[in-house]
Amino acid sequence: MGQYIADGIILGATLSLGAIGLTLTFKILRFANFAHGELLTFGAYFALTLSTVLAVGAPLGTLSFGWGFILVILLAAVLTAVLAIVVDWLVYRILRRSDIVATIVIASFGASLMLRNIVVFIWGPQPEYYFHSIAIAKQILPGVRVTADEIFVVVLAAVLMVALHLFLTRTRAGKAMRAVSDNALLAQVTGINVQNIIRLMWVVGGTLAAIGGVFYGITVQVGPNMGFNLILPMFAAAILGGIGSVYGAVLGGMVIGLAESVSVFWIDPAYKPAVAFLLMFVMLLVYPGGLLGERA
Amino acid sequence: MIGLASYLVFFLIQALIYSVVSLGLNLQWGYTGLFNIGVAGFFLIGSYTFAILCGPPYATHLGGFGLPWTVGVVAAIALSALGGLIVGLPTLRLREDYLAIATIGIAVTLQLVALNARGLTGGSRGAESIPRPFAELVSSNLWNNVVYMLLMVLIVVVIYFALEAMVRSPWGRVLKAIREDEPAASSLGKNPFVFRLQAFVIGCAIMGLGGALNASFVGFIAPTDFLPIFTFEIWAMLIVGGSGNNRGAVLGSVLVWALWTGTGSLTQAILPSGLQVKGGALQIILTGLVLMLMLILRPRGLMGEEAVVSRDADVGGDVAAAASIQESR
Amino acid sequence: MSADGKVALTVDQVVAGYVPGVDILRGIDLQVAPREIVTVLGPNGAGKSTLIKVIAGLLRVRSGGVRLFGEDISHLPAHRMMARGVGYVPQTQNVFPKLTVEENLEMGAYVRRSELRKGLHQAYELFPDLARMRRQAAGRLSGGQRQMVAIARALMLQPRLMLLDEPSAGLSPLLVNHVFDKVREVRDIGVTILIVEQNAKAALAISDRGYVLSEGQDRISGPAQELLENPEVGELYLGARKGLA
Repeated sequence: MGQYIADGIILGATLSLGAIGLTLTFKILRFANFAHGELLTFGAYFALTLSTVLAVGAPLGTLSFGWGFILVILLAAVLTAVLAIVVDWLVYRILRRSDIVATIVIASFGASLMLRNIVVFIWGPQPEYYFHSIAIAKQILPGVRVTADEIFVVVLAAVLMVALHLFLTRTRAGKAMRAVSDNALLAQVTGINVQNIIRLMWVVGGTLAAIGGVFYGITVQVGPNMGFNLILPMFAAAILGGIGSVYGAVLGGMVIGLAESVSVFWIDPAYKPAVAFLLMFVMLLVYPGGLLGERA
Repeated sequence: MIGLASYLVFFLIQALIYSVVSLGLNLQWGYTGLFNIGVAGFFLIGSYTFAILCGPPYATHLGGFGLPWTVGVVAAIALSALGGLIVGLPTLRLREDYLAIATIGIAVTLQLVALNARGLTGGSRGAESIPRPFAELVSSNLWNNVVYMLLMVLIVVVIYFALEAMVRSPWGRVLKAIREDEPAASSLGKNPFVFRLQAFVIGCAIMGLGGALNASFVGFIAPTDFLPIFTFEIWAMLIVGGSGNNRGAVLGSVLVWALWTGTGSLTQAILPSGLQVKGGALQIILTGLVLMLMLILRPRGLMGEEAVVSRDADVGGDVAAAASIQESR
Repeated sequence: MSADGKVALTVDQVVAGYVPGVDILRGIDLQVAPREIVTVLGPNGAGKSTLIKVIAGLLRVRSGGVRLFGEDISHLPAHRMMARGVGYVPQTQNVFPKLTVEENLEMGAYVRRSELRKGLHQAYELFPDLARMRRQAAGRLSGGQRQMVAIARALMLQPRLMLLDEPSAGLSPLLVNHVFDKVREVRDIGVTILIVEQNAKAALAISDRGYVLSEGQDRISGPAQELLENPEVGELYLGARKGLA
């Protein structure tokens, strides 16, 4: 059981980071962005290419990678943020003028498929791995074995979440972002440039998604469908936590990660992807506002 | 000449099967504004229902009931309608995006079931030898296809006129009123939820019918037929043709299917065999591009939306609110 | 033009509306002198809210002009307007509910970062209640307190002109008087004020002058006291009120 909980937390780290951007988009731009999963995919592939181009240095201690890989993650995040802004500029920005909200969701669904196939076109359909050495799992608690890479993933995820919290509550731009997500019209008449905040939102969402994607690549594997396979659990996390709530997304990501991992006690592992969906379905039925969402 | 004719017949049957599904989606999205992106799931229910009820006995999975074609089709319609009811009941009261997420979730889950519940579906190997109607009457493959095409034409025409009658009836006008101004519609004593649920269930039933017709025509189904790409194709067809217009749904199905098969053959012809997988990706990218350009440049599609209800001038204070996220001047 | 020098706000023959072909405002004229409180009255649908949205830059002018201290502002978007010193307090949803009171005020000074400290000091001096609640989420405050947050937020810009859209809406009579007292205090520190109101009595009581709109045009104008006593104003009002009931 302990092992499954540990695995659930590791998966939860990826899901939480992905769900943050999803919930921000849902709240600020008011649409469910089905192409958000592909930001994780692209982040993971950018890091894959960068790690072959840049020297990542000798492995640090029992980690599979050296200092250079941190730089690789950061660069991949920057590239993904740029990609997110470009997709917004090319597609969503134009469709925001349309009076039909759902048009933009369809577009995101189309963008998701296109981006996924661009990945296949560029990198091919086969799964990839960052490192070819096999990471050795160490026992940290009775019956719980984790690799140093996995500890790195969870610790860095925690650091990022604290950093995001500080950004949202301590900086002028972060507060303005919360203001826009609270009430975009009022933010506009207060003099906040909503367009800039939207770009900032893509930077935050894209960065975290890219890092989440790299985490998934480190702990599982990199593949063209990884983001699409994660989009439902991420939606489930965002809805479970309460749409619009960043802290809810983190909590939801952990709950979904744990639920998927622990579910193998009761159901066939082949149905693992459906667990997130069932949890979300139940949540929508009994408490559509989510755990940390607004009261309707 | 025969080769071309038989290809055209084949092409048209596929396009008409897609038309059935697009017409179902058009009722949901075009006329009611319901955002179903789990089309593949309801198509799947219809396909497997038909295969199990009408197919031959299978060695490893359920089947062998040998029921008549019509019974299989009716059961496919009924079960996909039931699926629509189960998904619609909890989600149609919520924001439109939730329905989108719920429907894609259902589609993914059903696909997992198709893939893993081997005793029921045959797993990844699928179900084969699914019967066609009139197979014993017409033995030649080409003529059998021609008969099937005529059947498809008949079915599409029937569905088309039924849907036209429905959307022009008082019921259809309420649907549109709900889509355009829900508070006003509810203030007239119409419960939007009930109307939405009806439209959603009927739409899902039509998609299930499409699934049964497809299974019967192709004779073989496998879980890979029901991936999200299928839903995407149907959406592309409806958007290109013009949502809110039943003729548009049919036209879009033919055009996008032509584009899809065209880009497919083109990439196959151009790219060396080593790059075929990438060719498939390119095919999806190109179709996606068409959908995007359509959404951006001609959001009402080639046919545009038909006016069923006269639009009253809507003078509202929320124009400013709607403009809140718009581009700054 | 020379007369504009002594005028804070000039609305000159403004025509505007939301839907193409339908004008809500049909040639409105209005002037507000510096440090004046002017109330715009009118029955529902007369175009009051539309007028304030035009001045705040939320709605485009179809013809005519809006000038702020002689400078043409009729084609500036809302977020530029703030930098020119126009503070706007919308009628509803005028606070950021999840942000604390202090964060709400900070957002008020978003375009004038240098004024933040001065602004906070001034706001808490004028609204001592808010100083006590600075760490509370604005969404948890009462309607009256929220209205104070909204006014204080608009004041953070050190505006030359403040626009208030129905500040009394949804408040108890006691609170209405309290809010209007605060509005007068805001004027006393040098801000010109334009109020759009249905509650004629309470608003005119603190105003210098008033305008009555009807069907998108300014029908009657004059000193506040005069309007209060003008039977025609009452008629326009009572008629409209009856129609509403």
